[in-house]
Amino acid sequence: MEHYLGLFVKSVFIENMALAFFLGMCSFLAVSKDIKASLGLGAAVTFVQTITVPVNNIVYNWFMAPGAMAWIHPSLEKVDISFLYFLSFIGVIAAIVQIVEMTLDRYVPWLYASLGIFLPLIAVNCAILGGSLFMVERSLSFGESVVFGIGSGLGWALAIAAMAGIRQRMRYSNVPAPLRGLGIAFIITGLMAMGFMIFGGIQL
Amino acid sequence: MALGKKERLALLDPLVNNNPITLQMLGICSALAVTTRLSTAIVMSIAVTLVTGFSSMAVSLVRNYTPPSIRIIVQLSIIASLGIITDQILRAFLFEISKQLSVYVGLIITNCIVMGRAEGYAMQNPPLLSFLDGIGNGAGYSLILLTVGVIRELFGSGRLLGFTVLKSVNEGGWYEPNGLMLLAPSAFFLIAGIIFIVRLTHPEQQEHA
Repeated sequence: MEHYLGLFVKSVFIENMALAFFLGMCSFLAVSKDIKASLGLGAAVTFVQTITVPVNNIVYNWFMAPGAMAWIHPSLEKVDISFLYFLSFIGVIAAIVQIVEMTLDRYVPWLYASLGIFLPLIAVNCAILGGSLFMVERSLSFGESVVFGIGSGLGWALAIAAMAGIRQRMRYSNVPAPLRGLGIAFIITGLMAMGFMIFGGIQL
Repeated sequence: MALGKKERLALLDPLVNNNPITLQMLGICSALAVTTRLSTAIVMSIAVTLVTGFSSMAVSLVRNYTPPSIRIIVQLSIIASLGIITDQILRAFLFEISKQLSVYVGLIITNCIVMGRAEGYAMQNPPLLSFLDGIGNGAGYSLILLTVGVIRELFGSGRLLGFTVLKSVNEGGWYEPNGLMLLAPSAFFLIAGIIFIVRLTHPEQQEHA
């Protein structure tokens, strides 16, 4: 239990997807102009990340990894299709986003309406694919991948919500013209990343 | 090869005037992460440029046969196949660097430059133009990546491509390495600086928010 708690804290704060690995930066910078939209996107990313990382973990460990298909037939023991994992992960992610979209539309219309345009965009958010690739690189077990999925999604949501809050205040300040918009957003993100580095020394 | 005006525009416009990173806000994730060393930045630039060029060409070749409802999936599978090829080549010939790039090789697939050019340009334009546009955008991306890579490696560790340029204090020289340059936040500040310079010289790119 302690191990999972540690992994959770680590994936939210220390190894924050947005601020330590720069993942999902494009939508991070584009959407964080508006606090409501960024909360919606943050929720959507957390939701999708929680589902896709464990599902990709199953796909990888039961089908893609070297010798993983031995449970189907002993003759498949030598099969190694792990080089196909980019393609299958992106397929799984696109399919899950589509399914989530249809399910929400049918059963939870209010959530669907509030997530709106952001759901389909998530399929190409690098934080989502990055989460699954990190899962393979660190060879997480199924339980760990569930925790990592929730944690990394929440961390990303936290970062974008904080960023949107700061940018809203920035509206009243007089930024030099060439830095307006994108430039100042970069500087703020850099300062936030420095802030998040205080978690770096924590041993879990 | 003699290029017409249109072709030259597709190739050269993204370098400064319509740069993917400083103006279009595309492909920022990897630009920040792989630039602590010049060698990884160079490999990443070449990989992204080639993937963008060829994926734009392939998307443009099938653009008239792709139903709009499934175009994203078609584009993604083309790009993912190219991503797999890149990954395999890097693993075969540049294993050390591919380890350092870790997940960012895979993330070329969701690099917004590749998707953005496929969706925004290649779907409406013929293959050759799209190829040049892809290469041009890749080159614009590389330009920023290499600038940031040079600054970070030079001032962060006093080396370039592993060769000592500024002799650091630890090795008996005079240069005190700037540790911040090796950490994540410095990339944000450097790119902000580049944006500042580009927009100072090209006032039409300034935002009025």
